[in-house]
Amino acid sequence: MNDNAVDKTYVAPDERLVEQKKKDSLLHILMAGILFENPAFLLVLGTCPLLAITISAKDALFMGFAVIFVQVGSELFISILRKAIPDKVRIPAFITVIAGFVTIVQMLVSAYFPALNDTLGIYIPLIVVNCIVLARAEAFASKKPVLASVVDGLGMGAGFTVALVLMGSIREILGNGTFFGMHLPLFGTVIEPMMFFILPPGGFFVYGLCICFTQMVVRWYQKKSGKPVSNAPVVGHCDTCGTCAGCDVSEGNKV
Amino acid sequence: MKELFIILFSAILVDNFVLSKFLGICSFLGVSKNLKTAMGMSGAVILVMLASTALTWPIQIFLLNPMHLAFLQTLVFILVIAALVQMIEMVMKKTMPPLYNALGIYLPLITTNCAVLGVTILNITKSYSFLDAMINALGGGLGYMLSLFLFSGVRSKVDKADVPAALKGLPITLIAASLVAVSFFGFKGLVENLFS
Repeated sequence: MNDNAVDKTYVAPDERLVEQKKKDSLLHILMAGILFENPAFLLVLGTCPLLAITISAKDALFMGFAVIFVQVGSELFISILRKAIPDKVRIPAFITVIAGFVTIVQMLVSAYFPALNDTLGIYIPLIVVNCIVLARAEAFASKKPVLASVVDGLGMGAGFTVALVLMGSIREILGNGTFFGMHLPLFGTVIEPMMFFILPPGGFFVYGLCICFTQMVVRWYQKKSGKPVSNAPVVGHCDTCGTCAGCDVSEGNKV
Repeated sequence: MKELFIILFSAILVDNFVLSKFLGICSFLGVSKNLKTAMGMSGAVILVMLASTALTWPIQIFLLNPMHLAFLQTLVFILVIAALVQMIEMVMKKTMPPLYNALGIYLPLITTNCAVLGVTILNITKSYSFLDAMINALGGGLGYMLSLFLFSGVRSKVDKADVPAALKGLPITLIAASLVAVSFFGFKGLVENLFS
């Protein structure tokens, strides 16, 4: 204790407790998922569906619902089982749980929304390897209690959905002149639809700009509120690779 | 024979896995920083794509379909791929140490690479024959290699460029990727006209 008192970074136990409690509060976890740790724009995870199915806002929204379901379900299960799963086989165990929930989604979608099944196609089964789900299972659900894990799943899923719908709207409005299938004034008549945005290259382009703006907003907010400025993810670094789990490279030989 | 060429070149150029199907984007952005790691990763991806197609196609056709368990596809495939990758790694470590040193460290990353799971599922949904499926896997892997090869060249220039602070890092890389993807549009219609 006495040694700590000299240290400038020393925080009184009470204060530390308050800080920790604030961090663990459910609202904080929820908001972190949606805004401050947005999985798509700040953690840069799950890029595949984000680029592939944001051609229309509607598809993006449905994909978001699918991801929320899988995220919440698997975090709930993994959190319940977190003491039963041996540490050595945790990654295969997590993948099995996630794949189970993805199969449920696949069956529900093909039964009730066959048209949607055609448009989303292969990207529904690919939620299994969506890094967000596995990364949160590993980083959060395997360590935290059940309720917090469910809220984290909800927040992360919602954050991802917000990102999906945002990108879907931008690409649909600019590329097709419509929004959720509705025609908009000006767009499509005065402003010609730009094919570029609904083609694959447009996906990369819009995603790049979205990340850029989100980072600007978060940095501005943090500067204003006096909290530490987070660093932009460095591409090519292990943090952004997203192949998060079961990776030996991150142990010793960092790329 | 002609059909096989069409499948191969479509997978490499027209429907490039990375740039037009958006599979394996995470690793595409992650390892394209230098050419050597990019090539090592692509080599490992080609290997795993071929091996997992060779294994999952018979499982689906001879095991899951006759038993009416097709809905278990996702679950079975991901576990098969995970086990396969682990096994390739162990065998390679024992029998071919030089190859293991070149490709080995990338192998564990590949389980969660959506390009591998993607190619195995696509082979089934497109109802390819076994030979078609293997060619498609080869094409997918080669296409992955080509796009990584091209993009790592672009990256080495982009990383040195003086861009506005807000665009530094990931945003400018994605915009560069967008331009590389545009270049692949030059191949649209090429394959059909070449072989017909």
